[in-house]
Amino acid sequence: MADNLSSNKVTVNINGKDIEVDFGTTILDAAKLLNIHIPTLCFHQDLCISGICRICLVEVDGDKTLQAACSYHITQPIKIKTYSSKIRIARKTILELLLANHYGECYSCFRNMNCELQSLAKEYGIDELRFVHIDKPKYKPDSSSCSIYRDNNKCILCRRCIRTCQDFQGVSALDAVNRGIDTKIAAFFDHPIVDAVCISCGQCINRCPTGALREKDQSNDIWNALIDPGKVVIIQTAPAPRAAIGEEFGLPAGTCVTKKLNTALKLIGFDYVFDTNFTADLTVMEEGSELLSRLKDKLVNNKNVYLPMITSCSPGWVKFCEHYYPQLLGHLSTCKSPQQMFGALLKTYFAQKSGIDPKNIVVVALMPCVAKKFECERPEMRSSGYKDVDFALTTREMAKMIKETGIDLKELTDTDFDYPMGISSGAGQIFGVTGGVMEAAIRTVYEIVTAQPVPFDNLQVTPVRGMEGIREAEIYIPHATDDWKFLENKMLRVAVAHGTSNARLVMDKVLDGQAIWHFIEIMACPGGCLGGGGQPQPTNERIRKARADAIYAEEKGMAYRKSHLNPMIEKLYKEFLEHPLSRKSHELLHTRYTPRGRF
Amino acid sequence: MAGIKTQILFSSFEPGNALKLAILKTGPEIIEEIKNSKLRGRGGAGFPTGVKWDLVHSAQGDEKYIICNADEGEPGTFKDRILLTDHPKKIFEGMAIAAFAVGAKHAIIYLRAEYRYLVPGLVQAISEMESARLLGNNILGTGFSLSVEIHLGAGAYVCGEETALIESLEGKRGEARNKPPYPTKKGYMDCPSVVNNVETFCYVPYILTNGADWFREYGTLESTGSKLFSISGDVAKPGVYELEMGTTVNQVLKMVGAQNTKAVQVGGASGICVANKDFDKPLAFEALPPGGSIIVFNKSRDMLEVLSNFMEFFVEESCGQCTPCREGTFRLLEGVKLMQEGRCSINYLKTLRELGETMRVACKCGLGQMAPNAFLSIIDNFKGEILARDRVEINGKQTHSI
Repeated sequence: MADNLSSNKVTVNINGKDIEVDFGTTILDAAKLLNIHIPTLCFHQDLCISGICRICLVEVDGDKTLQAACSYHITQPIKIKTYSSKIRIARKTILELLLANHYGECYSCFRNMNCELQSLAKEYGIDELRFVHIDKPKYKPDSSSCSIYRDNNKCILCRRCIRTCQDFQGVSALDAVNRGIDTKIAAFFDHPIVDAVCISCGQCINRCPTGALREKDQSNDIWNALIDPGKVVIIQTAPAPRAAIGEEFGLPAGTCVTKKLNTALKLIGFDYVFDTNFTADLTVMEEGSELLSRLKDKLVNNKNVYLPMITSCSPGWVKFCEHYYPQLLGHLSTCKSPQQMFGALLKTYFAQKSGIDPKNIVVVALMPCVAKKFECERPEMRSSGYKDVDFALTTREMAKMIKETGIDLKELTDTDFDYPMGISSGAGQIFGVTGGVMEAAIRTVYEIVTAQPVPFDNLQVTPVRGMEGIREAEIYIPHATDDWKFLENKMLRVAVAHGTSNARLVMDKVLDGQAIWHFIEIMACPGGCLGGGGQPQPTNERIRKARADAIYAEEKGMAYRKSHLNPMIEKLYKEFLEHPLSRKSHELLHTRYTPRGRF
Repeated sequence: MAGIKTQILFSSFEPGNALKLAILKTGPEIIEEIKNSKLRGRGGAGFPTGVKWDLVHSAQGDEKYIICNADEGEPGTFKDRILLTDHPKKIFEGMAIAAFAVGAKHAIIYLRAEYRYLVPGLVQAISEMESARLLGNNILGTGFSLSVEIHLGAGAYVCGEETALIESLEGKRGEARNKPPYPTKKGYMDCPSVVNNVETFCYVPYILTNGADWFREYGTLESTGSKLFSISGDVAKPGVYELEMGTTVNQVLKMVGAQNTKAVQVGGASGICVANKDFDKPLAFEALPPGGSIIVFNKSRDMLEVLSNFMEFFVEESCGQCTPCREGTFRLLEGVKLMQEGRCSINYLKTLRELGETMRVACKCGLGQMAPNAFLSIIDNFKGEILARDRVEINGKQTHSI
């Protein structure tokens, strides 16, 4: 053992096979190296270890009790058995106990065929429920939120949602309450989730092994709009769902199906299919101008302005800031998110241009996000005179709609986006990845200030790319055009954070006045939108990485790579908005925030 | 075989004497003495105290903590209350010796919520000992200091489990941690911590004063010394008794005047229920693990009623985090109710037995692992009585078994 310690390696024996592992490796990870499968439920690779479902029990030689493979760290040479009669009986008994208290029928559950509990029941050949089966629901589902629907009757108390909310996202809207058989997951004082500090990010949904957590399903509303002959139903699609929806149809993670999806949406009956990237480009124009104007106010006019400026595209992040840092809301860009800018323009600019009465327009947004549902319900989001965006659908809801139509997405041919709001740049495309908004903004702002393209190979601002929780970069401005002389020889300092627990670290620095940055991009979800709470299940680190690669690959081949060179954006300003930060822009494209506090 | 007259804990005691001897020794010397005494933890699990102290002594940590587990919550157990009420200085002196031995500067006593009324007495004992320089700063002029803090629980039984206790101390929901790492390595605030029962600490001054050899003269080879028992139930003279380890159940029954005894629950709700055939067994870790309680049932008692009472307790007190305990305790209670109604088939009884066996090996902490003890021992030891119920008709109707 002494030798093992000094070399930081331990040799263990699993099912008769020796393997050398790092000191402190869990039994679960060691078994994986030998391709030995151990079932898990409360374990999730994104989350801290819990060891409470007890399904991963194994035998460790010399221990009286079985040990949870997920939480047992190997610190000495031990002999492990991952299969024995004792283990099989224990695992099966535990599964039967969970199933006995799990209310609901698989066929009427949205997780049917994609449920970890169901898979384990099959794996362990559960053909009878010896402890009977609960026949009445114990809890009333919580449908108070416009984003998240919680049904504790299907909950198996693995507490992944709690660990997601508390440790992974740093939000702490959920916790376990009561004891023993009365234990349940609840918000503060058992309030409905809408009254809790929930930021609607939906990360809990993505980690729920069963059907206890889901988005508020709005697909029926869309079907109703589609069959209404008086309605013009317009859908805008965001880049993240396009890089993920294929997973729902058996394609490997990291397959972009943008143009096939357009075909599917047309077949379903949407009248126009537009690209959210169009308003992502518009966001870059508005937000970039806002940043430059704040910098000018500070450096030239000596005004007291809020710097660093922080992005506001992610509605989960915005709500997080409203709850936890209400005193810092002035730092948020006043720009609406691309989804909301789109809605506001469709019901004004587009309606005028195409001669459609805006009251007959139904705007649907395909988003990777459940907080987008909350965002389009915000009272501030009615600047067109109507509800700017009527419905935000998640990737999962859209996959279900496509399946219900009998369409096999994989087999479809390509269709382009509709004119005029289907034209977009690669800068808009990369909004779907953490760091993307920052990169898009840098490409445009740098060029406005210096009249030169960003000094990076193929415009790829690599310092802001990657999956590290917080990334920082410095962009040197060697010379500036006459309008921006005050920025010459200056260093633009930026930061990017994804996941709200990382946002908290950044915001604490802003709060303490320790932040040296000028501009910060924050996304509520890990990996950015591509890891959103509305994306296909499962989502994990490997899958997030694959989706990011797919988005970057697609953007490399696009005709336009910079937002300010998108010809439709130029046209929009010429015909309608006049210039960035104009009065009209402010009316339609900018918003304000609501300090919410914690209770 | 051991007798029943011996008293250690209730023998004469002069506060400070043991501590004065201790400070003349080194930490490892004290630990060696405790190891030699073969003192085992009096909370129920019986882990060798000297070994535990040694682990904390040799563990790396910015701080080290001595924690006294005074969350006496086991049904039928009230022995620590006597010590906390009448002998607090023995406890604190034991804690001070432990702190000196392992190199701790802070000690915490975790007192069950229901013992709140004992706080003034404990505070007084602490302040008297501080005045006598037996606690506080610069103890006995050696430069060794120890602060003692009293922390009240909130009424959860599971907080008697050492890692749940530590979670509770840290202000979190009282739930057991994954082990390893044990508290000896990562305890309170992730620092190495000694967690010992009230009674365990009380033996320490006596061992220091009289020597390990003296202590080993009491008890059995594996279970040295004496032990406090809270004796209740169908007996003429209930109360707290100090008995030598190895005393048999029969000896106890005779001593407390029990008549027509049918069953004896050894170790509280999480202990086991023994029938007549085992009354000659000794109360010792190697035979009948002693816990702190003996509950006696005479022939008028309905064992299913007894069992139902114990299982209700566990359903109420399971912390709810791990599946086998949360769901299992509930199913066992449900099963007992079926048996009471005569509706539990032999087959389902077998299923429940298997469930109980699974809980013993599958639960995350001691609570769940011990929760089926009463169930399993009662259905095994009183099978005849239970099966006779199976054919009972309820309200004149033949009921269905599941």
